[in-house]
Amino acid sequence: MTAPLLAAEGVTKRLAEGVTLVSDISLTVTRGEFVAITGPSGSGKSSLLYLLGLLDRPSAGRVLLEGADTALLPAQDLAALRLARLGFVFQFHFLLPEFSALDNVLIPIRRRGVLKPEAARARAMSLLDALSLADAAAKLPEQLSGGMRQRVAVARALANDPALLLADEPTGNLDTKNAAAVFDIFARLAAEEGRTVLVVTHDADLARRATRRIHLVDGRIVSDERSAPA
Amino acid sequence: MRLILDLARGMLSRRRRQTLVSVLGVALGVAFFIAIASLMRGFQTYFVQQVIDVQPHIVIKDETRRPLPQAAEIATPGGAVAINGVKPRDRVRGIRSAGDKLAVLEAIPGASAAAILTGAALLRYGSRDVTITVTGIEPARYRRVANLEKDMVQGSLNDLRSAANGLIIGAALAVRLGVQMGDTVIAVSPRGVSLQMKIVGIFHTGLVALDQSAGYALLKVNQVLQDRPNVVNQILLRLADVTQAEPLARRIEGRFGDRTESWEEQNRNILTVFVIQNAIMYSVTGAILLVAAFGIYNIISTVVFEKTRDIAILKSLGFTEGDIQLLFLVQGMIAGLLGAVLGCVIGQLMIEGLGQVRFQTETPAGNDRFLMAQDWRIFAVASFFAVASAALAAVIPARRAARLDPVQVVRGAA
Repeated sequence: MTAPLLAAEGVTKRLAEGVTLVSDISLTVTRGEFVAITGPSGSGKSSLLYLLGLLDRPSAGRVLLEGADTALLPAQDLAALRLARLGFVFQFHFLLPEFSALDNVLIPIRRRGVLKPEAARARAMSLLDALSLADAAAKLPEQLSGGMRQRVAVARALANDPALLLADEPTGNLDTKNAAAVFDIFARLAAEEGRTVLVVTHDADLARRATRRIHLVDGRIVSDERSAPA
Repeated sequence: MRLILDLARGMLSRRRRQTLVSVLGVALGVAFFIAIASLMRGFQTYFVQQVIDVQPHIVIKDETRRPLPQAAEIATPGGAVAINGVKPRDRVRGIRSAGDKLAVLEAIPGASAAAILTGAALLRYGSRDVTITVTGIEPARYRRVANLEKDMVQGSLNDLRSAANGLIIGAALAVRLGVQMGDTVIAVSPRGVSLQMKIVGIFHTGLVALDQSAGYALLKVNQVLQDRPNVVNQILLRLADVTQAEPLARRIEGRFGDRTESWEEQNRNILTVFVIQNAIMYSVTGAILLVAAFGIYNIISTVVFEKTRDIAILKSLGFTEGDIQLLFLVQGMIAGLLGAVLGCVIGQLMIEGLGQVRFQTETPAGNDRFLMAQDWRIFAVASFFAVASAALAAVIPARRAARLDPVQVVRGAA
């Protein structure tokens, strides 16, 4: 039996002030799952995402990525894992304002340095193309609409062909139509490309489009249900 | 690495005006350093050249570095007997067996040697008296170790042989005494010998001390005047390679025992002044660069502060702390490098400008302008320090950027 893509074992995150953000969470996520993490504000859903995305270290418990324990890895190795295996999308697009859409997508590819320059450009272009952004490739972020920027951010998250895509309120700044479009993309990535997608959202309608919904209250899982894609 | 450079360039381009100001700060520091350094270097080189030109490179004197031990001290070395009031033995001063030593010195490749006798004399002409130092020379030999011939205004060294007691004096001394070519003066030495001497030449070196109180006569004539027959008290050496003066002087002293001074030792006071001069120059330009470094610190700090989101996203994308630190260090170095290049250009312009300045002076050496050294090493040193100080100034903000916790930033922005 192969190890699940992602596993959390008793993950807890406490702040120095004694506030507990995430409390003793254990879960496993398999390949190709589209998971929505929901919950009210302050329920610790974003914190859980950062922990699962190796952006933050738990105070207790451990996170296993593809069967490997990440608790004892040095910061450099975590960065390398994020670069090669994970992709992040945040509520704010966080594109570098001085660089074109294409160059923004190229940043993680170039940092990884596996592809030759031409191959890297071709890959970035095909990612943009797949998200209907081919025309926007040469434009600066400020010349793009909010929905387009967020799609560029998704393309950047996919740049190094990650196994796991993590999104933190990716539609928080988008209107309903653009939000639905982004969720469409996530659903397609999971269903067609077999990627695992973890999305934090407070929008129940959008959450229903996921294949699995985890509901958090006060840092604890209160429900975890699966369903066929809507 | 290309990626880091691209990112650095992109970030700096956002703060173009501020970047320009800090680059200009560095550039001014570099330019001033270059201008001042080449000014000083030019002057110092000129000065050393003058010194080397006028003076012999090595002087062997008729004394020893330490007083010779007295017979009484040798008889009771460190003993219980102390003898007070011992009078030094009355020995004939002068370099012993000078002829043999001259032969040895002449055999050194690239060296020319000449023996001379110097001594004081009182010149009397009419009612005027002037005390001068008379140097007894052999024109043929002396010509090879000193440039007196070049400074002759009237007559020549060979004319010393044309008169019975020929004397060459400085132009200023001639004016003081009121003598002209062909006049006869009376020279009186401390030993009481009195000679009638004929002025057969007048020189003008530009060094006031020399022009006012130096005279040259034939060695034989001066030996008579000083009442020291067959004695020489200095051997002068001129070398093809002046840098060899000091080590050669030490070797000669080690062999002969006579006190031997190189031109460096004789001009140590001036050379020390140069060291102090350089120290002043370095501290002034160092201060300018320090101010420039603060400018760079300021811009990098601003960029780090403004770019916290970009830093956070880069870290979440998988950039390590080292990458981020390098990213901002590179920005500092870019600013430093631009400043260095611009500074070199401005510095060169300043050198050209200063080279055009003319002033009215009476310096007889004909030096009416700044003497600028054109040395690529000055530019290299200035550029190196500019880039190094810029990198150093960027270290603190770069470390701050590297330590940034992306979770804090992302959470705050959401």
